[in-house]
Amino acid sequence: MSTNPFTTRREFLKGSAATTGALVIGFTLPVSSRFAQAAAAAEPGQATGFAPNAFLRIAPDGQVTVICGLSEMGQGVHMGIASLVAEELDADWKSVKLEQAPVDKAYNNPLFGMQATGGSTAIRGHYEPMRKAGAAAREMLVAAAAGNWGVDAAACRTQDGRVMGPDGKSAGYGELVAAASKLPVPQNPGLKDPKDFRILGKGLTRIDTPAKVDGSAGFGIDVKVPGLLTAVMVHAPVPGATIVSVDDAAAKAIPGVRRVVQIPQGVAVLADGYWTALKGRDALVVKWNDGALGSLSSAGISKLLTDATTRPGAVARNEGDVSVAVAKTIEAVYEAPYLAHACMEPMNCTAWVRAGAAEVWAPTQGPGPHQGIIAQLTGLAPEQVQVHTTYLGGGFGRRFAPDFVIASTLLSKAAGVPVKLVYTREDDMRAWFYRPASVTRFTAGLDAAGNPVSLTARVASPALSIAAGFATELPKGIDEAAVEGIADMLYAFPNLRVEYARAEPGIPPWFWRSVGHSQNVYFIEAFIDEIAAAAGKDPVEFRRSLLARQPRLRGVLDLAAQKAGWGSPLPQGVHRGVAITNCFGSFVAQVAEVSMNANGKPRVQRIVAAVDCGRTVNPDVIHRQVEGAVVFGLSAALHEKITVRNGRVEQSNFNDYPMLRMDEMPRVEVHIVPSTEAPGGIGEPGLPPATPAVINAIFAATGKRVRTLPI
Amino acid sequence: MISLSLNGKTVQLSATPDTPLLWALRDELGYTGTKFGCGISACGACTVHVDGKPVRACVTALEAVAGKQVTTIEAMGSNRIGQALQAAWIRNDVPQCGYCQSGQIMSAAALLARNPKPNDIDIDEAMRRNLCRCGTYNRIRAAIKDAAATLGA
Repeated sequence: MSTNPFTTRREFLKGSAATTGALVIGFTLPVSSRFAQAAAAAEPGQATGFAPNAFLRIAPDGQVTVICGLSEMGQGVHMGIASLVAEELDADWKSVKLEQAPVDKAYNNPLFGMQATGGSTAIRGHYEPMRKAGAAAREMLVAAAAGNWGVDAAACRTQDGRVMGPDGKSAGYGELVAAASKLPVPQNPGLKDPKDFRILGKGLTRIDTPAKVDGSAGFGIDVKVPGLLTAVMVHAPVPGATIVSVDDAAAKAIPGVRRVVQIPQGVAVLADGYWTALKGRDALVVKWNDGALGSLSSAGISKLLTDATTRPGAVARNEGDVSVAVAKTIEAVYEAPYLAHACMEPMNCTAWVRAGAAEVWAPTQGPGPHQGIIAQLTGLAPEQVQVHTTYLGGGFGRRFAPDFVIASTLLSKAAGVPVKLVYTREDDMRAWFYRPASVTRFTAGLDAAGNPVSLTARVASPALSIAAGFATELPKGIDEAAVEGIADMLYAFPNLRVEYARAEPGIPPWFWRSVGHSQNVYFIEAFIDEIAAAAGKDPVEFRRSLLARQPRLRGVLDLAAQKAGWGSPLPQGVHRGVAITNCFGSFVAQVAEVSMNANGKPRVQRIVAAVDCGRTVNPDVIHRQVEGAVVFGLSAALHEKITVRNGRVEQSNFNDYPMLRMDEMPRVEVHIVPSTEAPGGIGEPGLPPATPAVINAIFAATGKRVRTLPI
Repeated sequence: MISLSLNGKTVQLSATPDTPLLWALRDELGYTGTKFGCGISACGACTVHVDGKPVRACVTALEAVAGKQVTTIEAMGSNRIGQALQAAWIRNDVPQCGYCQSGQIMSAAALLARNPKPNDIDIDEAMRRNLCRCGTYNRIRAAIKDAAATLGA
């Protein structure tokens, strides 16, 4: 197996049925999405593309190529998509390779209505369509063989890339492609009974691993194009800042600096390589008008958000009457900071804008919408814009943003040569794409027996759907991302009210791994623990009592508690905390074991996670995604915070934006609940419970509640 | 021109002497397996070996490695420790996005070269300067032990 993220559309077409006699199968995927309208708005005149829409190709030599329109950013999507197709095709797994798709509507993510990867949607959106693509090809190959042999197709079976017929007849798929190509594509092919799966649920080794251990995997930053110049740019220090003056004399005097180009996003130095471009960039003297946000500070933002929670907000959920009389009231205010994605590969993009065509190589989560944006910037039709999606050195939502694509396109357009724009780590850290800061005020009421009676949550946060361009106004005043994890919680409070108090400090918020759940599950799961403590109940038992009608969520809670030995003695100084979540179609519970160091800092010893994500495509990938999400959550809990002073981000690099390292790693165990439910997402659901599980263990250890992060 | 030995072959570089080894490797020689992560020796993505020792190529000036033996991820498949590590990385399915893994393997190779049977504390000490945002640390730890066991067998 191999992958080649640099296959171009021309090569793709060359390799298609028209010229090689290979079998090409395509379907148009159904589009149904809350984001579909927004996507359409973002992609005016989006290409109708080439026909047929293809997801797999079988060559006369039997080589099976699965074509994947989703971006591989570490989550294992190449493996997942290839597995789905190969399973129903009954392919010989050793003959399957993966090819990154060009931009085409055929590859739109069915859950987004555009060609984009995120929101833990890949398997949820493609589980059936990709299996059907494989199954249709299998039916055609069987029909071709049956026709050749003059036997009934029902008398034939398939295995490992071959059709077997009566009397020992056998033919490899490659031998059958010419005949199969002449047959109609079945539109509703039969799918396997899951008990017959040989690939799905088995945990085969990922197909992208070999290229990622020998340095050969092609990331965006590795792209080479003849005549390429590397650009490093002075970016706006404050959101909305404008350039007043540029002195580029010193930069231009540096040998190897070719051009200085000013675009609305900043001033770039174009040079023969990164180092020269960086020296040139650092020699630029750019004066900025900070604009309205030049006095923005973290203290002011915190006050703005906290104040907003004291005023009524839009009602996101209202059941019963939270003004009922209670015997005991518990109140708390929780706050989460802005966070950077800090992908290991800094943002970069290579663009080549020519007369009548543009070609862009980008580590992007949104090749579809980005193609539309490039078309707008260049005045080209979308079909004149090729976007090559490379491997992504981390994504986490950051690479859905188009800033690096826009800037590199404008630079190439201005300079007339291919330009690779590379963000320094500092540029990347200060690019104004952050998980939003958020404050939530909770009030809960208990009756005299300690039973929970009411819960009120008021969330103050900026509106992500508006910042991302998915909406221009909020339906009923609610931003889904701001309240998700709280408004859709499954705990059965007889009286429940969730409000959203929109507050816009001016820093544009962005999607971060698990989006609103990343802070809201921390808030609610820590506060649920406070209610349990006030009620004198065990944290696991208290949660169970509120989840009587939620078997899947209670199921993971019970499994995590059992595997962690909840209630059993721990070594001296080690304490447990628990937290749960339902998000992205999956259910996760985690138990954290934490001890406190002499300096009062927590040491996370062990995380036990239980996951119900429906049917599994690859258990190994699920384990790793949950492990990785736990690390992401712990890193945020223990270390991460973006702060602002005078409109400028104070952090710059990994020295002042620390992240979790090897020597802080706890043991992480992941237990998967066997399930026949539809597949849920897995890239994100493992993240939200990690922080509150640790916070709740710290309470068990110290009696103190951590209501702001990092700890 | 600065001359050095890269993966066993002598190469001449025309980059200015202050150019970090990382960018000479990537931009002038096309050795892109060594990655740029931070530029300040804070993440380990650019780890290479100079005369067998792990160094951060992003803060190592070309002039400082003139005449020295530089080894990059591209050569790891042709030495015993590198092969064992790559095989263990594949067996343990370590990489997610994969961007940091060249640096991880280079740090791990330097560790195994001086300590064939590292314990957890040795691994922490050798690997704590290599960041992985995908959170593959436990897999890296398992793969290092796996490779050590293979090499000791």
